Amino acid sequence: MADFWKRFSRNRGAVIGIIILAIVVLVAVLAPLLFPQSPWRMVQRPFLPPLAMEQYPLGTDALGRNVISGLAYGAQVSLLVGLVSTVAALLIGIPIGALAGYFGGWVDDALMRFTEFFQTVPSFALAIVLVAIFEPSIQSIIAAIAIVSWPPVARLVRGEVMSLRSREYVEAAILSGQTNLTIILRQVLPNTLSPIIVLASLMVATAILLESSLSFLGLGDPNMMSWGYMIGAARTVIRQAWWLSFFPGVAILLTVLALNLIGEGLNDALNPRLARRGK
Amino acid sequence: MLRFILMRLGKAAIILIAIMTLNFFLIHAAPGDPAAVMAGEAGAADAKFIAQLREQFGLDKPLLVQLGIYLKGVLQFDLGFSYRQQMPVSQLILDRLPATLLLTMTAFVISLLLGTMAGVLASARVGKWSDTAISSLALLFYATPLYWAALMAVLLFSVYFNWLPGFGYETVGANYTGLARALDIGRHLILPATTLGLFFMAVYMRMTRASMLEVSQLDFVKTARAKGLKSSIIQRRHIFRNAMLPVVTLAGLQAGQLVGGAVLTETVFAWPGIGRLMFEALAQRDYNLLLGVFFVSAAMVLLFNLITDILYRFVDPRIRVA
Repeated sequence: MADFWKRFSRNRGAVIGIIILAIVVLVAVLAPLLFPQSPWRMVQRPFLPPLAMEQYPLGTDALGRNVISGLAYGAQVSLLVGLVSTVAALLIGIPIGALAGYFGGWVDDALMRFTEFFQTVPSFALAIVLVAIFEPSIQSIIAAIAIVSWPPVARLVRGEVMSLRSREYVEAAILSGQTNLTIILRQVLPNTLSPIIVLASLMVATAILLESSLSFLGLGDPNMMSWGYMIGAARTVIRQAWWLSFFPGVAILLTVLALNLIGEGLNDALNPRLARRGK
Repeated sequence: MLRFILMRLGKAAIILIAIMTLNFFLIHAAPGDPAAVMAGEAGAADAKFIAQLREQFGLDKPLLVQLGIYLKGVLQFDLGFSYRQQMPVSQLILDRLPATLLLTMTAFVISLLLGTMAGVLASARVGKWSDTAISSLALLFYATPLYWAALMAVLLFSVYFNWLPGFGYETVGANYTGLARALDIGRHLILPATTLGLFFMAVYMRMTRASMLEVSQLDFVKTARAKGLKSSIIQRRHIFRNAMLPVVTLAGLQAGQLVGGAVLTETVFAWPGIGRLMFEALAQRDYNLLLGVFFVSAAMVLLFNLITDILYRFVDPRIRVA
């Protein structure tokens, strides 16, 4: 563990990423304490510019709502959707990849054709269709993002499992009479953990971008304030009020950037042999 | 080669039929009556139209028969009728397709050219400030939401500097013809195409840089150096050509992103393509149109993938049978 931190912190970007993400998490958790009022409530006159009033440092929107409060509550949605949809995508992708890689043959063929289908279909367009048809809600958004983002997980796990499958220790486990399920769960999957963790951190970033894009198009959960929604609502008034779309965009950018940096740091720390390739 | 193309075409056809089937089941899985779903928001269409839809799609027949009717229709490029726009869906899409093709192709060329150029530049100056600058920029572009970049570009280049139009396909009412019109469209194209290509520009930069550095460590490059070849020739003939292989693979992946991204870009810039059409369909809950656009975008991606697959075989002589 100490070794892990040493390698991780050697990557300066990753440390910056951790700091940014920690701030975002803190703001999301403390949002109800920092801004007890609902972010949907009108608090001042509309289009109050930033720094005009001390209580509203980032100004107000077209309906007089507090922008900074919206940002804080939006952090909750982004992190929640990013995390839960990634976990859901892992729950789809890992079993499919593990089965395909472990059993090979026609199982592999069938599962990989299925995976290929989801990789070929334009993912954002599919996510739009899914959320629109099943009505926008936090559940449908999470489900749609999970459905479009599991294929890389399946491919990664399949490749890892295939290479582990022929190792001697796995063959020993087969000879000792362990069941396939036990071997997959106990012997094979734990050894694929490092690349999955790295991929997952990048998937959270992509999921946050996807959620914000859906909300921007008006497909967000109508009961939850999100960054994408804020930008979408500000789109038509961009000439009058730049700050309404500027600040939420910076929030998304920083959060996604932080997660990408952390992903690279994790890669350095968990796959030390691969990490320095090409550098 | 012909056999390869035929095989890929067959595969593409299977995927297309799978997408149609998915569309069909989505209409049925949606909450509410399938006829109402196809007609748009429940209650918006009149009873006569709903009854007509019911008959046309055999909605009282078993599900599999319905699927057959639906597939037959789509195969004849009958994507249904948009009740909201009072036009056949296929006609609406065909009208808007050229604008989207122009936008996505331009975005593709811009991102590929600028991305690989920047990547080559960075790899040639590893560790110097220009490498750091390019790599940081790539990280930034990689994390920027597409639609936000588009809005900020409008704000900066259109509203503040007033250099470029930030809205529409051409100047309304100008009635340019010939070259003047092409130039006018070109000016309108710059901001949408650049912002749409931004994400993959970053991907190409990072990929080209890493790939160039990796290839430059290989033995045949060392041999070329030992032979005393000029370093510019080694860069171009030995390293660049080999480093481009993984980049070509990425180009296939970009197709899907471009089509999805077009929905966002066209919405911001009021670009009259199928992405904007999808946004309108969303706003009006015109599900039939939505699914039609989805189907056509998927077909576009398949076609693009087919082209890159064939190109790849030309670029890499090692691959003969995929």
